[in-house]
Amino acid sequence: MLDKYQIAQRIAKEIKPGSYVNLGIGIPTLVANYIPQSWNVTLQSENGLLGMGPFPTENEVDPDLINAGKQTITMSVGASLFSSADSFAMIRGGHIDLTILGAMEVSENGDIANWKIPGKKVKGMGGAMDLVASAKHIIVAMQHVSKDGKSKLLEECTLPLTGIKCIQRIVTELAVLDVLPEGGFKLLEIAPGHTVEDVKNATEGKLIIPDNVLEIELD
Amino acid sequence: MSKVFQNSDLAIADVFESASIMLGGFGLCGIPESCIAALARHGVSQLTCISNNAGIDDFGIGILLKARQVKKMISSYVGENAEFERQLLSGELEVDLIPQGTLAERIRAGGAGIPAFYTPAGVGTEVAKGKEIREFNGKLYLLEYGLTADFAFVKAWKGDTMGNLIYKGTARNFNPMMATAGKITIAEVEELVPAGTLDPNEIHTPGVFVQRIFIADKNEKRIEHRTIQTESHAG
Repeated sequence: MLDKYQIAQRIAKEIKPGSYVNLGIGIPTLVANYIPQSWNVTLQSENGLLGMGPFPTENEVDPDLINAGKQTITMSVGASLFSSADSFAMIRGGHIDLTILGAMEVSENGDIANWKIPGKKVKGMGGAMDLVASAKHIIVAMQHVSKDGKSKLLEECTLPLTGIKCIQRIVTELAVLDVLPEGGFKLLEIAPGHTVEDVKNATEGKLIIPDNVLEIELD
Repeated sequence: MSKVFQNSDLAIADVFESASIMLGGFGLCGIPESCIAALARHGVSQLTCISNNAGIDDFGIGILLKARQVKKMISSYVGENAEFERQLLSGELEVDLIPQGTLAERIRAGGAGIPAFYTPAGVGTEVAKGKEIREFNGKLYLLEYGLTADFAFVKAWKGDTMGNLIYKGTARNFNPMMATAGKITIAEVEELVPAGTLDPNEIHTPGVFVQRIFIADKNEKRIEHRTIQTESHAG
């Protein structure tokens, strides 16, 4: 079973050199640690920064420089700053190549729920609805099953939706899967030490198992 | 008539009961701290506040919430404020949650004289309830309306006596659009200089959008999540 760092490490392998990438809060933020500098990947933070660097040292902390998770941050070489309207013009206009975000549920037709649990604390959707409605390519980092053992890869989402028919790829602690355009989760890779049967048991939605399923490789 | 005001209390003195106010900032970054403090002293209530976030319990818009001055919040993310949660659950506070990009564009449109526009954010979700849906090139979009307010409070790094503004870092965020969408836009700046001092090539908000400007009497710039390198996972 992959831990959250290994999920992040596996997702980093999906990133193409030279691309512009938006990382969501949680596991997606960790992905930045596994992107080699030589790839020239530019990270976007939707509060108005393109070219997000690592967290600052104590001396570098600047209250006027934060990421979308409100953490203090630095800028990488060639960074640019802009308004929230320009930021979402980049996102909505399809200028960001890849969005990586977390999810509470994904359905077999690519719907995603990640912003609200009825009866629990109201927080708001932030930029998640804009991101999932517009991104050219979306990868979800999520837990395959909940703490009480319920599958989060479902026939239909039970929680309020963030977006519909928008997710292409999912990386969980158990597997890498694609959401097919015609519906269904196609199993691509399995975590070391696990079997197709484990993934089957953990997936409530339609699971498509091809002949050649690889083991997830982490360098 | 000069746009320059002597302090925050004078700059916001005519904010009235039930006014709508846009407040710049993302989290606690780039918020108009001095205007918020002055508004708390001023004391009017039943306000509609348009701001990406609602501050924290003892800072930012949280101060106005605690003083029961806010009737309605229009925001995208409000997760870090217990008083907000309490007032919302007890029915004292109304909240309109809007996708962040839609909120930014509604304000931009409002300030730019665009009454409405179509955006894909929220299609198929509860955000789409009651909204016109239209298909363009095989994709569905929601009709969203431009947003303006009686007042806009913005925070800038540098400003001049003509109201020209320059923002710093990610403290820019919602401030430039809000500056265009307030009937009366009030800018608080860290540094106020005579007209002609700032390089016109570097102005972010042209002075035409700003009716009042003053030197911020507070630049606390509280940090919500101070995160330093040693805390991150070394990859």
